[in-house]
Amino acid sequence: MSTDSNTKYVGKAPNRVDGPLKVTGTAKYAAEFDVPDLAYGYVVSSPVAKGRIRKIHADKVLGLPGVLHVFSHENVPGLAWFDRSYKDDVAPGGSPFRPLHDDEIKFNMQPVALVVADTFELARYAASILEVEYEVEKHETDIESKRDEGYEPGRGKTGYMPPQRREDADKGLEQSAHRIRHEYIHGAQHHNPMEMFGATVHYHPDGKLTIYDKTQGVYNCQQYITKIFGLSKDEARVVNLFMGGGFGSGLRPQYELFLSVLAALELKRSVRVTLTRQQMFSFGHRPHTLQTLELGTGPDGALLGLKHYALHETSRFEDYTENVVNWSGMLYKCPNVRLSYGISPLDVYTPLDMRAPGAATGSFALEVAMDEMAYEAGLDPLEFRRRNYAEEDQNKKAPFSSKKLREAYDEGARRFGWDKRPMAPRATREGNLLVGWGVAGGVWDASMQKAAAKATITADGRLTVASAAGENGTGTYTIMAQIAAETLGLPLEAVTVRLGDTTLPEAPLQGGSWTAASVGTAVKNTCEALGEKLLKLAQKMDDSPLKDAKPEDVEFVNGLIRLRKEPQQSVVLRDVLQVSGEREIEVDSSAMPNPVNMQKYSMHSHNVVFAEVKVDEELGTVHVTRVVNVVAAGRILNQKTARSQVLGSVVWGISMALMEETVMDHRYGRYMNHNYAEYHVPTNADVRGIEVYFVEEEDPHVNPLGVKGIGEVGLLGVAAAITNAVYHATGKRVRSLPIYLDKLL
Amino acid sequence: MNPFTLTRAASAEAAVRDFSSHDSPAYIGGGTNILDLMKENVAHPTHLIGLNKLPLNAIETTADGGLRLGATATNADTAWHPEVKQRYPLLNQAILAGASPQLRNMATNAGNLMQRTRCYYFYDTATPCNKREPGSGCAAIGGYNRIHAILGASEHCIATHPSDMCVALAALEAVVHVQGKDGARQIKFEDFHRLPDDQPERDNTLQPGELIVALELPKQGFAKHFSYLKLRDRQSYAFALVSVAVGLELEGATIKDARLALGGVAHKPWRDKKAEQLLIGQPATEATFKQVAEAVLKDAKGQGTNDFKIELARRAIVRALKQAAAGEQQASDVFTNSNP
Ligand SMILES: Cc1cc2nc3c(=O)[nH]c(=O)nc-3n(C[C@H](O)[C@H](O)[C@H](O)COP(=O)(O)OP(=O)(O)OC[C@H]3O[C@@H](n4cnc5c(N)ncnc54)[C@H](O)[C@@H]3O)c2cc1C
Ligand code: SF4
Repeated sequence: MSTDSNTKYVGKAPNRVDGPLKVTGTAKYAAEFDVPDLAYGYVVSSPVAKGRIRKIHADKVLGLPGVLHVFSHENVPGLAWFDRSYKDDVAPGGSPFRPLHDDEIKFNMQPVALVVADTFELARYAASILEVEYEVEKHETDIESKRDEGYEPGRGKTGYMPPQRREDADKGLEQSAHRIRHEYIHGAQHHNPMEMFGATVHYHPDGKLTIYDKTQGVYNCQQYITKIFGLSKDEARVVNLFMGGGFGSGLRPQYELFLSVLAALELKRSVRVTLTRQQMFSFGHRPHTLQTLELGTGPDGALLGLKHYALHETSRFEDYTENVVNWSGMLYKCPNVRLSYGISPLDVYTPLDMRAPGAATGSFALEVAMDEMAYEAGLDPLEFRRRNYAEEDQNKKAPFSSKKLREAYDEGARRFGWDKRPMAPRATREGNLLVGWGVAGGVWDASMQKAAAKATITADGRLTVASAAGENGTGTYTIMAQIAAETLGLPLEAVTVRLGDTTLPEAPLQGGSWTAASVGTAVKNTCEALGEKLLKLAQKMDDSPLKDAKPEDVEFVNGLIRLRKEPQQSVVLRDVLQVSGEREIEVDSSAMPNPVNMQKYSMHSHNVVFAEVKVDEELGTVHVTRVVNVVAAGRILNQKTARSQVLGSVVWGISMALMEETVMDHRYGRYMNHNYAEYHVPTNADVRGIEVYFVEEEDPHVNPLGVKGIGEVGLLGVAAAITNAVYHATGKRVRSLPIYLDKLL
Repeated sequence: MNPFTLTRAASAEAAVRDFSSHDSPAYIGGGTNILDLMKENVAHPTHLIGLNKLPLNAIETTADGGLRLGATATNADTAWHPEVKQRYPLLNQAILAGASPQLRNMATNAGNLMQRTRCYYFYDTATPCNKREPGSGCAAIGGYNRIHAILGASEHCIATHPSDMCVALAALEAVVHVQGKDGARQIKFEDFHRLPDDQPERDNTLQPGELIVALELPKQGFAKHFSYLKLRDRQSYAFALVSVAVGLELEGATIKDARLALGGVAHKPWRDKKAEQLLIGQPATEATFKQVAEAVLKDAKGQGTNDFKIELARRAIVRALKQAAAGEQQASDVFTNSNP
């Protein structure tokens, strides 16, 4: 590396700056903060799906020495009255669930009481013997019995786009030489990050609260709490420094937050509430979804008509929506398209965004249907996709800000060796194993939100950048440090990043793959503003070689401010600070999406996945032996953390394809495999070779950093590619996930 | 989980005495099962007797050439013991097909025999379960019963015994040595676990307070022709949908002696002696194996979600027998066995 590029960090692969904290156990998670005089809350969950609480017999429990209180709807003090106080930033339309609000049971495992005691063990025991009388009512939980009752939601939650149509899909299908129509299904899935939800509420002597909560948005939690409990922002600071995985489960405030704050305020004492693994199955989830796809092509394999309908459940109280079908009008060129979408209320908790919400679901159905269509039309599935390549956004009638999906196809096919694939299924055998290759892909939004940041440099040359954005474990600390260090030409070690605290400048929720773009740009802008201040100070120095320079004439590299045109003309940044006599310099700034570009361009990331499976046909077992995932998502800020995101996506895709499903017993309206032993996600033995490649895109339009986000796009197409590979191996088309071994017997 | 006291027994006799002097006692080995059951409010002992200090963790050859496995030896130490690896590779494979390395490092041999079913309903106190609460009904019947029994079930319970190790022990005809208030006794492995009939709350024939002190393996280990085939919903760290333990003694292509036991299909490790007889004296061919598989599953009954297990078990038996006859243990195929 030339000395010239020492502080050019963006696009390289530095290690995680928070790695040492994590591996030494010093990184603190929400339920790990030590606060004095802590009381412990344990949640009692409803054993029924629908009904009423007749009576809570708390006397026996309250008689146990050390039990402080049993909170329930029978004694919760008057709180905010209106629904809007309970609505968080990403609440869908409807009336949000209010914990311990009244005697009504709306879903199984609903929290019905919080037992608070001096120790966790006592709270847990007391909760186990708390007697609650229920009046049971008849529930409905099966979406498959509601096939014909879905309704199109009027207005969904933020980001929901009603499905669109183009021309006449029926006519297109009628004119087609080849047609297919099938139903695709997957069951419910729960996020299940390693870290379970928990909150530690520190009750300060002046009555103010510091709330350490597991959340993907501290500001979202703060506004939720302050509205419900009538607190000022100053009275409720919310902090989340690290998260043991979110995947969307922390987008909305979960009930441990409400319950721990309630208990702390009532008992005037610090309180911690943690959920059990079982209780992690008591709230949002990726909904059980039924989809019907209909495709038709001309004799040459050009798509002429496409219809895509999706139906999933929502709760009785909120209209949860996700963009399931929209992608089908975007990924391929097709003149006649009809997309439609329905939801149907059941006695379950409201579903919740889970990694690539809607698209993970939709791309599974679309991409398996595309494979079926390719075979029907007698075309290689990759060639079929190439023939139907979308050169522009056909809904918006706008060009893509950048799109290198074709290059991704080339790269992936070459790396995988796709050209050696026999077209016919069942063509390759190794002993007891049939070998199959499949391809699929997806498209995801490249979004940006408003975000703010603060940068402070001190006389010793150390820079601190801060924003309330969250760190899900994705690498946010690291990429922000890279951006800040590069912008001001400082070594990475001289930069400290602070995140996840409502005392810091506001940032959007950590979701939608927009953190890098939004917060990254805010950090960049803020550091640039700080740079301008530093330049002014540098110009005040005696004999400054930068005297007449404008901001655009200089660059910050390797601890220097120097003239771009004459790099030998420079000053040492640290000298500037020393000479100026300033102890510290602080700058605030922010970033916003560019509305003109948003109008002009369609901004999306894409990917393509190639998978190899080996299937033991006699026994039905499927082994995913090789996956190549090529992602086109603008500029990659950190090769290492980006790759990890995609690796994790592939693992999740394997999970979705082969084993992951929350199974409900509809007689009880209750998920039955609610623990890690029976809710299966892949082990190392299930994961073999994964290769990740990025086809980088130069994209000046999407945002100043040129990034599109890689948290979600990598998941798309993985389950479909595996399903398609299983077909190629065995000749059996499985249309419902997961592909348990019995589906292949 | 309720409050409890804990003592650590220094001798088998002391442990048994301690047991009889408490109201609601339980032994605890590695704790990998009983602690979970306590946390889920399925088990409510108020006194635990820790066994890991007992001098019962040795693995030694016996006078008549067998091997004695201490009750408190861990599953990991047992699997990797040189005598086990060499002479009883079927046991080695079965143990390693179970749980995860972390669990096997904690789990004891006696605890493995005594582990309770993984029936979803047994673990969830919100649903009825005869095994957990006799007389409350069986929620698994008519419910989600993917991991439930196809053989030997009753109208009161359709649970399976989840162990892998025990399937091998059944095939190897292990003997369970126990110590009770009134002295020691030995239980043949086939008599140790029981079918649910109308007492599903009883998993086995151990009397209350009886302590397992050792497992004894006879000399014959089927070290040459064996197979442990486990089929499950992921490649590691999942209980068996169906597993098959096979030990064969061949003379040329003729089967001289045979053992066959199934896991994941019944309330106990399922050994079918009649089917074994169908193997003896026969040529080791697919036709023979198919016949045997048919015989084993003759009376099999599905419960809905687990109907597929009948056909799966049939095919698994044939495959396991083929592997054993060919001297190809499962581990030789990297994609069907995840063990190190
Ligand atoms: C997530 C998970 C996955 C698993 N997967 C598998 C698998 O795939 N295959 C498999 O075979 N197993 C599996 N196991 C089960 C594991 O093998 C058992 O939990 C373990 O063997 C129990 O041993 P332990 O010593 O920990 O028993 P403990 O939990 O200590 O005790 C279990 C029972 O045995 C009794 N007990 C213990 N010692 C004695 C004794 N000496 N005499 C009489 N009674 C005694 C106890 O009172 C208790 O009732 C899994 C477990 C978990 C948690
Ligand atoms: S199968 Fe047995 S353990 Fe399961 S619910 Fe029925 S009685 Fe209980």
